[in-house]
Amino acid sequence: MGTDVFRSEVPLTVNGSPCRPTVDHRSTLLDVLREQMGLTGAKKGCDHGQCGACTVLVDGRRANSCLLLAVAHEGCDITTVEGLHADDGVELHPVQRAFLERDAFQCGYCTPGQICSAVGALAEAAAGNASHVTDPDADTGEPVELTREEIRERLSGNLCRCGAYPHIVEAVEDVTP
Amino acid sequence: MKPFRYVRAYSVEEATTAHAGRANSRYLGGGTNLVDLMKLGVERPERLIDVSRLPLDAVEELPDGSVRAGATVRNSDLAAHPLVRERYPVLSRALLAGASGQLRNVATTGGNLLQRTRCPYFQDLGKPCNKREPGTGCGARDGVHRDHAVLGHSRLCIATHPSDMAVALAALDARVELQGVRGRRTLPVTEFHRLPGDRPDVDTEIEPGELITGVLLPAATAGLPSAYRKARDRASYAFALASVAVVLDIEDSVVRQARIAFGGLAHRPWRARHAERALQGGAPSDEAFRQAVDAELSAAEPLRDNSFKVRLARNLACDVLRRLAGPASAS
Amino acid sequence: MPDTASAVGAPAGRREGPQKVAGAARYAAEHTPEGCAYAWPVPATVARGTVASVDTTAALEVSGVIEVLTHLNAPRLEEPDDATLAVLQDARVPHRGWYVALVVADTLEAAREGAAAVRVTYDSEPHDVTLKADHPDAHVPEDEDGTSGEHTRGDAEDAFAAAPARVDVSYRVPPLHNHPMEPHAATAHWQDGRLTAHDSSQGATTVRDVLAGLFALPEEQVTVVSEHVGGGFGSKGTPRPHVVLAAMAARMTERPVKLVLPRRHLPAVVGHRSPTLHRVRLGAKEDGTLTSVIHEVTAHTSRVKEFVETAAAATRVMYPSPHARTTHRVVPLDVPSPSWMRAPGEAPGMYALESAMDELAVNLGIDPIELRLRNDTRTEPDSSKPFSSRHLAECLREGARLFGWSERDPRPRSRSEGPVLVGSGVASATYPVVVAPSRASAHAYPDGSFVVRVNATDIGTGARTVLAQVAADALRVPLESVRTDIGSSDLPDAPLAGGSSGTASWGWAVHEACTRLASRLAGQQGQQLPPEGVGATADTEGTADADSDYARHAFGAHFAEVGVDTVSGEVRVRRLLGVYAAGRILNSRTARSQFIGAMTMGLGMALTEGSTMDAAFGDFTEADLAAYHVPAHADVPAIEAHWIDEDDPHLNPMGSKGIGEIGIVGTAAAIGNALHHATGRRLRELPLTPDRVLTGGL
Repeated sequence: MGTDVFRSEVPLTVNGSPCRPTVDHRSTLLDVLREQMGLTGAKKGCDHGQCGACTVLVDGRRANSCLLLAVAHEGCDITTVEGLHADDGVELHPVQRAFLERDAFQCGYCTPGQICSAVGALAEAAAGNASHVTDPDADTGEPVELTREEIRERLSGNLCRCGAYPHIVEAVEDVTP
Repeated sequence: MKPFRYVRAYSVEEATTAHAGRANSRYLGGGTNLVDLMKLGVERPERLIDVSRLPLDAVEELPDGSVRAGATVRNSDLAAHPLVRERYPVLSRALLAGASGQLRNVATTGGNLLQRTRCPYFQDLGKPCNKREPGTGCGARDGVHRDHAVLGHSRLCIATHPSDMAVALAALDARVELQGVRGRRTLPVTEFHRLPGDRPDVDTEIEPGELITGVLLPAATAGLPSAYRKARDRASYAFALASVAVVLDIEDSVVRQARIAFGGLAHRPWRARHAERALQGGAPSDEAFRQAVDAELSAAEPLRDNSFKVRLARNLACDVLRRLAGPASAS
Repeated sequence: MPDTASAVGAPAGRREGPQKVAGAARYAAEHTPEGCAYAWPVPATVARGTVASVDTTAALEVSGVIEVLTHLNAPRLEEPDDATLAVLQDARVPHRGWYVALVVADTLEAAREGAAAVRVTYDSEPHDVTLKADHPDAHVPEDEDGTSGEHTRGDAEDAFAAAPARVDVSYRVPPLHNHPMEPHAATAHWQDGRLTAHDSSQGATTVRDVLAGLFALPEEQVTVVSEHVGGGFGSKGTPRPHVVLAAMAARMTERPVKLVLPRRHLPAVVGHRSPTLHRVRLGAKEDGTLTSVIHEVTAHTSRVKEFVETAAAATRVMYPSPHARTTHRVVPLDVPSPSWMRAPGEAPGMYALESAMDELAVNLGIDPIELRLRNDTRTEPDSSKPFSSRHLAECLREGARLFGWSERDPRPRSRSEGPVLVGSGVASATYPVVVAPSRASAHAYPDGSFVVRVNATDIGTGARTVLAQVAADALRVPLESVRTDIGSSDLPDAPLAGGSSGTASWGWAVHEACTRLASRLAGQQGQQLPPEGVGATADTEGTADADSDYARHAFGAHFAEVGVDTVSGEVRVRRLLGVYAAGRILNSRTARSQFIGAMTMGLGMALTEGSTMDAAFGDFTEADLAAYHVPAHADVPAIEAHWIDEDDPHLNPMGSKGIGEIGIVGTAAAIGNALHHATGRRLRELPLTPDRVLTGGL
């Protein structure tokens, strides 16, 4: 047991740095980040894709890292909350700053997921992707204006038990173009 | 989760050969349901064949005017694709009504069709479930079953199919494209998922080792007025209590064809053929819609705690039909 | 001179905020000592019985599995006061989900697989998990705390029978789950006989004391750290089995052990809000003046310990009437042990009382705000003590003004937008002032900095920040010069973050320590401080917990506007507004977030959250976050929280009341009352999901 048929080396880029962790095929990306790489910014809330706390960006798209098998993500570019930053590479990302300014969290456990999700959602709206609340007749593929209703719907995959939702929506509104 | 071998396939042939119909092999798409079930112990594969990088990620128009969506197209990409948005809006809307942004970015077209019921008894290894473990009984029938089936269920199983996407595909007369070691075939989506009958452990007509390679959206339903409506316990990120997809073809104030499919009511997307026949060739009106939908739902056999679904489904269907018919429907 | 004595009340930003948004704040499971092993628990699959056999052979053969703890080989513990902590001590299974084994492995993956491979057989016994108001085992509990039994004034039954206006109604609140986003987790490490545990807890001092007791260690040999805690809402208010299991496993394997409870296990092992069955009878004169109030509550408890959801307690505080009876009954069943969930008692109790008040208002044709104003009082009905402050009427009036209540057409079903019926509702809120003794220290250093130490816990309230504000004002120094050290049992002992008592309890001790330090520093004017600084300590034992001649409670008013879709039966809140009178608000920024957050949980209680006890299997069917619907972003509209400043000298040195829980109290009633206004139908069972609305509410 424990032989190589159940483990693989997986080249990845995590927060800009290439790495080659050897992973148990059963390991999720979330567990590899948290337990093997010490990147505990992405949180485990439910381990089943039901809360969004583990949200990271995979090749720029937001995803629940608790449902991603690490082995299947060879060559992918992973960004966690630790890898988000302003263009200068030093300061906090504008979404992170907006969360601070709006007091958009309490316990902070869902926060990294909310922030990564917001970054992903902003890109999706800019790319013209409609949401459930976008007027079907207005679904042209042009950038979608992020109203509060749009922000709420697009971030609904991120649960917050402290109930910081209204402030999160304000924070995302602040960084909406 | 038991240790498993992992094989990444780069061609369909490689994938089906690697799978070879073995009972302990599973194809891995986005994994949003499979990994979930593996963690629960419901699925215990010894070999995963990763099909997520197969060259099946295109949405393209075929010469006959139909549209083919590859099996590995992610749900969010399918929803956002111009061909889908413009010709099959009901599909786009159904996709966007499901799961969350993160999950839609990962879940694939093929995987969405193959997702398994969210029945809590199915997910709990400590409880009987004829679907998970044939012959053990159904915990839900006399248990907590508000969310369960009202149509087409059997003595052995009252589970529902959880997909939103599949409901739209059923209403669009879409076909599932399959590739096995023995060859290719297509099946209507409406015949792809089974009713539980006496084999609730078998969800679909897929053969062992067969791989979904894509979904075919017919030219016949392209561009027709269509809509999807879903009712749920919270405003987003929840499975349907009931949903309806409608594709309505009206010409000169006559219903040429209505295609109606329900979600959340049965073990498969429920195509409302009785209602469709009742409407065909008639004038669209609130009364006609109500009668047609009632005729369909008269077959419902609600359980102790889910009779509300019949009323809910009727309301949703009548509402969507009325909206699609627009001014043509007189009350 | 800096602007001193003005830190309190200011909207100071959270001190750990930058760490939290950067993903740098570490929670209990995010400390991985060298050689750390992973544990995975095995829950019982019968509702009642005993473990007949445990076969660990297959589990131990799983690659990476180190050890399997069962009741046969686990370390023996001293007997705990809280029987839910006596894990793996005997073969008894008191409810489904009770832990019967724990697998320890080199990796998380192996631990999970090992747990799946443990084979347990049971001698099961017939079980009963069904709560009924007429259950033969229903009894009035012993009233040790003065709250959980029965209170009577006058002759409530006769007065009710004689009342010209009567409401006699029953309500049901289902079991509810706390589900903090961070699941309960601990990392335990033994070194030279010392135990260190990083625990996701609302109070590390208690966890330290309990672990020391269980493992028969002096308290100095145990350190419990709860630096950042991902929410608790009561479920982390007492030590939980996970930290005991982690410590046992670490002792047995001689390795650090990390244990994160799987989300699906939480409903069975970390407490839940008991379902409550309410019968409320209100007798009133034609003008709405109450003459009799009877509130009877039936709740369940487990066979492991008795916990009473004291849902009739708030009724003793709210409205005067010459005759009243408030009764708790509890039924021991083979269910998981219920415990605290945000505003235990008040949340379900005020749902029932405030819904009944609305029914009375409708019956009498009196505006529901006016009805409450007519039944306002300066003395607590139950104790006859004067309220230290009570600004319920002001909250109702201010809320009415902000909400635009005067524009409301009182007729039910008077407003619609297409297929959506729109209505609005109001409800009062209350929560008691709770305060517990605490210790704290304060130090001044030569560089002009100050450090306050207290084992407070920040579960999201912003404790570090608000305590620094209290300290800065007591010391009359700038806020930035004060650092707060919290979240470790090596700091001065402090009570838990719970019962809306944390800030008042810790703040009192901090204030006292800082006041002493300030006077000591004043005595040293001009002298250079020694390198180790100058310190002062405080212990509020005997002062903070002294009896008061006053009844001390916070009050509030909730306003809700809902839309009810007549097609789908879906109810959505369109507006939610709360106005509170909770003493002095110490940090307007974090306080607002707490109020809004609790109202959001109240919204969930009203519309989306509900759990079902499976009669056949004895567990909660909605075990995960896909089935148990906590509100999502899309459910939560603009929520406004306002407050009325109170100057109440009978509270604590800061003049504050607790604010963490009152926001959930009354929110569900306001939403339910709004549903009635929208539809003309009264639903008396939560949550107000489409199935209920379609079958009874339209």
